[in-house]
Amino acid sequence: MIDWQPLLLTFKLASVTTILLLVISVPLAYWLAYSTKRIKPIIETLVSMPLVLPPTVLGFYLLVAFSPSNAFGGWLDHWLGIRLIFSFGGLVFASVLYSLPFMVHPIQSGFSNLSANITDASYVLGKSKITTLFKVLLPNIKPALLTGIVLSFAHTIGEFGVVLMIGGSIPGKTKVASVAIYEEVESLNYDAANAYSLVLFAVTFSILLLVYLVNGGYLKKFWK
Amino acid sequence: MKKVTHISISLQKQLNAAAGKMLLNIDFNIEQGKFITIYGNSGAGKTSILRMIAGLLTPDKGRISVNDKIWLDTAKGIRLTPQQRKIGFVFQDYALFPNMTVVENLTFALDKEQEVKIISELIDIMELGELADKKPATLSGGQQQRVALARALVRKPGVLMLDEPLSSLDIDMRSKLQDYIMKVHRAYNLTTILVSHDIGEMIKMSDYIYRLSNGKIIKQGSPQEVLVNSHVNAPIQVVGEIIAIENQETLQVLVGTKVIDIPASKEEIQPLSAGNKILISQKLANPIIQKII
Repeated sequence: MIDWQPLLLTFKLASVTTILLLVISVPLAYWLAYSTKRIKPIIETLVSMPLVLPPTVLGFYLLVAFSPSNAFGGWLDHWLGIRLIFSFGGLVFASVLYSLPFMVHPIQSGFSNLSANITDASYVLGKSKITTLFKVLLPNIKPALLTGIVLSFAHTIGEFGVVLMIGGSIPGKTKVASVAIYEEVESLNYDAANAYSLVLFAVTFSILLLVYLVNGGYLKKFWK
Repeated sequence: MKKVTHISISLQKQLNAAAGKMLLNIDFNIEQGKFITIYGNSGAGKTSILRMIAGLLTPDKGRISVNDKIWLDTAKGIRLTPQQRKIGFVFQDYALFPNMTVVENLTFALDKEQEVKIISELIDIMELGELADKKPATLSGGQQQRVALARALVRKPGVLMLDEPLSSLDIDMRSKLQDYIMKVHRAYNLTTILVSHDIGEMIKMSDYIYRLSNGKIIKQGSPQEVLVNSHVNAPIQVVGEIIAIENQETLQVLVGTKVIDIPASKEEIQPLSAGNKILISQKLANPIIQKII
């Protein structure tokens, strides 16, 4: 029997990361979709960086930044009592950065694809920007929100490099399933590695399939 | 009757039109309860004017006052937001909220503490009863337009603005919707500003027309004064489009959905060519009169 803890930790990490990402990405994507500020291309680039950067690079810099022996990490440790390296909090922080484009991009293009007149119509009807965002814009980009949520969740499950760099492999704290697989293979425990791998494969396949079914309209007839 | 100036508008803005930079510079007053049309080629700045009145676009310089209340005065730094200007606006693509049913679209428009009664009243006037629980995507163009018109009137605005609202509808539908627009214009004593390039529509509905070209008003007056050069006093007038000119003596004209042949003199035909819009005036010299059974 395999140890279920790494899998549970993986899903806990993916859930927390996805929820935080949703809260952060809606305003960020809104700003990216509608802003005309000059700084926008730079922010867009930064958001997209995790798509092309080796995860180890991000992990390395986070490790350096958050190390209590360095200025920023020391400040965090001393004043706020937060230690982000080799902790679950650090994993969440790194995962949020690493999966950011997977949440921001779908939501941003969702906003951009809406007719600008819909927003204007709501303003002319006397509704504030906040009311317009929650009552008009977000309900009309549900497929984009679902895509963002699922891609971020699945992408966080698949994390390896960043997690290993900043979290290491502390059982019950930072040893997630992808790291566990690596360790089982290193100690020639192919059966356990296979069990973890199968679970991850099945779960990610299922949730991606669900997105395509929902966004493709195949499930409409069942939930109406 | 006393003339009451309802809206006074003066706007200047540098626009990036298709043909390059263009200075929009207009200045006019609209009387209470009038139906006015802004007419001109695409790219003349018509929609920009509506958007500036609504507060969706900021002019470089300008002043807008409505019932002596100042909506915009760039010299004094006053600029009401679109939310603060009470305006009815019907967009060219209707801009209905796809996630809401017809009745939800209307209810969304209600102000806080406004009575819900107006919703059923508008549903009656616009004959939307059977469509109330449908989503916009399932409605035809004409039906969507009626919903958009009803939604624009929920807050009981004094000013209604229509941005080419009928341009994507077929002719039968258009004429029905023109009737709806005139009905609410009168019923709610609205001051209505229409942007259009359909001449028949303007003649049918407007009291006053502004012809816009390259950002400036080049002609204004009653539809007749603006649209035809000489004034003809005739009881029956229709607008048509020339399809063909036959043998230099007959014009084939599309009026509504019908093609009719109209005899014309050489002098009349000389300046015309296919595609021109013409005003056909009929004096009742020898009318044929028949009783309708």
